[in-house]
Amino acid sequence: MYEMLCLSALREGESAYVTEVNAGPAMDRRLTDLGLVRGTRVTCVLRSPAGDPCAYLIRGALIALRQADAAGVALERRTEDIPEAVTI
Amino acid sequence: MKRVALAGNPNVGKSTLFNALTGLRQHTGNWAGKTVATARGEYGFSGEEYQLIDLPGAYSLAAHSQEEAVARDYIRSGQADGVVVVCDATCLERNLILVLQVLELTGKVLVCVNLLDEAERMGIKVDLPALSERLGVPVVGAAGGRQEGLYDLKEAIARLVEADAPAAPEKTPQERVTLAEHYAAQVVRSEKADHQRRQQKLDRLLTSKTTGIPIMLLLLGVVVWLTVAGANGPSALLTELFARLEDVLRGWMADAPAWLSGILLDGVYRVTAWVVAVMLPPMAIFFPLFTLLEDLGYLPRVAFVMDHAFQKCRTCGKQCLTMCMSMGCNACGVTGCRIIDSPRERLIAILTSSLVPCNGKFPTLIALITLFFVGGRSGLLSSLQGAALLLGTLVLGVAGTLACSRFLSATVLKGMPSSFALELPPFRKPRVGEVIVRSVLDRTLFVLGRAMAVAAPAGAVIWLMANVTAGETTILAHCTGFLDPFARLFGLDGVILMAFLLGWPANEIVLPVMLMAYLSTGSLVEFDDLTALGQLLTQHGWTWLTAVCTMLFSLFHWPCSTTCLTIYKETGSVKWTALSVVLPTALGLGLCLIVATAARALGLA
Repeated sequence: MYEMLCLSALREGESAYVTEVNAGPAMDRRLTDLGLVRGTRVTCVLRSPAGDPCAYLIRGALIALRQADAAGVALERRTEDIPEAVTI
Repeated sequence: MKRVALAGNPNVGKSTLFNALTGLRQHTGNWAGKTVATARGEYGFSGEEYQLIDLPGAYSLAAHSQEEAVARDYIRSGQADGVVVVCDATCLERNLILVLQVLELTGKVLVCVNLLDEAERMGIKVDLPALSERLGVPVVGAAGGRQEGLYDLKEAIARLVEADAPAAPEKTPQERVTLAEHYAAQVVRSEKADHQRRQQKLDRLLTSKTTGIPIMLLLLGVVVWLTVAGANGPSALLTELFARLEDVLRGWMADAPAWLSGILLDGVYRVTAWVVAVMLPPMAIFFPLFTLLEDLGYLPRVAFVMDHAFQKCRTCGKQCLTMCMSMGCNACGVTGCRIIDSPRERLIAILTSSLVPCNGKFPTLIALITLFFVGGRSGLLSSLQGAALLLGTLVLGVAGTLACSRFLSATVLKGMPSSFALELPPFRKPRVGEVIVRSVLDRTLFVLGRAMAVAAPAGAVIWLMANVTAGETTILAHCTGFLDPFARLFGLDGVILMAFLLGWPANEIVLPVMLMAYLSTGSLVEFDDLTALGQLLTQHGWTWLTAVCTMLFSLFHWPCSTTCLTIYKETGSVKWTALSVVLPTALGLGLCLIVATAARALGLA
C-alpha cells in the first residue's frame, strides 16, 4: 500500500515520491525547472523557526518552499521508504 | 575575435570562473533595453582573442523571467561561437536539465563541471569522460578558480569554437528531467560522507526554532561590533593625518585671498577629509565581513529564517536578500531587487529599500550613539554598548521595512504573495583573499569614490551658503531660521533638517554639514575628537531627545540622490520614485513627532 499525502505534510527527515504537481501555473513551471516532476523523490530537510517555509532536498539541491505552494504537490510514501531502495 | 557565452544555474561559481578567466579585462552593464545585468570580458589564448559573455544565471531557458529570456535569446541568436554551460558537481543532476535545454538550441556546447573540489569533500565523484560520451559534447572539470582547471578549460574552448555540431531534437520537460536523472545515475558516484552530515547539522543549527534567530542576531551583532570597535583607531589616525595635511595646505595658501582658501580648505577639503576619515574605516571592516558571510552561503539561510515575516507582509522572502544588499548601499539594494520575479513584490522591495540604513548612515549613527547613549568613551564595554544600540537601530530599520511592506500590500500594491522557491546552496569555504580584494575594490572604493565626488562640491556650496550674507545674516542662517520652527515640532532643529536636505547627494555628509552650520554661527572650536563634537552639539541645545530624533530621521528619510536615480531607472516611473521619497520621510517625521511630543508631555525633555 502506498500512503498518499501532500508535500506540506511531509515532516522533517521524511521522504516520499511526487505523484502530481498542481501548485498553479507559475509554480509548476518553476518546480519543473528544478527537476520536481512525477516520480521525483523529495526529502524534507529543514523547518524554519515558524515552521513555514521548509527546505526540501530535490535532486541534490536544497530548495525552500512555502507551505501554501508545497500543498499543491501530491506525494506517495512507499512502504519501504529506505534511501537507495528501488520500488517498481 | 571569438565569442563564447557562459551559461549556468545560479550559485554554480560561474562568476568566479568568469573573473578567473578574464581577470580585470571586463565590462559590466545592462542588456539593451532590459533591467538584466550583463558582463563581458576578454582573454587571450595561444594567439587568439576570446570574448566571454556572462549570461544571467537561470534554472531554465523557458523564458519565465527576463533573465531566462535574455539567456535563451542570446544562445538562439547564434552570435556566440560556442556556449560553455557551467555545472555544479555537487548537484549535477539538476544542472544537467539546463545542459539538455541548451543542447536543443545549439550543438556547439562545452560542459564545464565546476566545484569538483567541493564535491570531493562531500564524497561525490563525477566520471567526466562517461558524461562526455553520454551527452555527445566535450566535458571539462574545474574547481572554483584553480589555475590547472583553467588551462584545460581555455584549451577546450579553443577547440569548441572551431568545431561544428548540430542541435539536439526538442524534448518535453518531463523527458529532460528523466534523461538528466538517467545520466546522473550513470556518471555520479556518491557516498554519504561525514561532510554532508556536517552540512545538515550546521544548517539545522542556523535555522532551527531555538537557535536560528538568536544566531542571526548574534552574527549581525558581531559584524556591527567589529565595525564599531575596529573603526575608532583608524578613524582617529586619519583625522589627525588630514589635520596635519590641512596645516601644510594652509601654509601654501597663506597668500591666497580669504574667500579662496575658505572655499577650498574650510569647504571642499574639510568635508571631503571628514567623509574619508569617518567612512573609510567602518566600510573597510564591514564590507569584507559581510562579503565573507555572503561567500559562506549564510545569506540564503537568513532569508529562509526570515521568510515567514515577509509572508505575513505578503511579499517575497528574497526581499530579505535585497535588504542585506541595502545595508551596504541602498542603490545596490534597489538593483538587487531584480532577483524578485513578481513585479508587485519587486516594487515593494524597491520602495522600501531605503528603510534599511546604508553604510553611509553608520558613521552618523555611531557618533550620536557614542556621544549621547554610551557611558564611557572607550574600552570594551562601551564598544559593546555602542554595537548593541546600533544593532537595535538596524532591527528598527528592518521592522520599518516590514511594516511599510505590509502597508503597501494592503493599499497601493494589493495582492497575495506569489509562489517562491529559494535555493539554499551548500556552505562553501570562503575564499578569504578573493573576498577581501573584491569587497575592497568593488564595494569599498566604489562607494567611497562616489561619496567623495559628491562631498567635494557639496563642501564648496555649504561654505558659500555659510559665508555669503544676504542682509544681516548668511544664506544658511536664513534657511535654517526658516526651517527651525517646523523642525522643532519633530524634536530636531533648523540646522539638522537643513543638513539632511543638503545631504541629499550622500548621507555621509549630513553630520559634517551640521557641524559647519553650527561652527559658522557659534564659537569656533577645534573638533579633533568626539568630546569636542559633543560639546559643540550641547552648546547648540542638543539633548538626548534631539539625538534620538536625529537618529530616527537619519534612519527614515528620503533616499539619497543616487538611490532615487536608481529607483527611477528600475521602475521607469516618476510616480513610484516619488512614493519611494514620501514613504520613508512620512514614517521618519511621524515617529519623530510621536517621540518628541510624548517626551515633552511626560516632562522627560
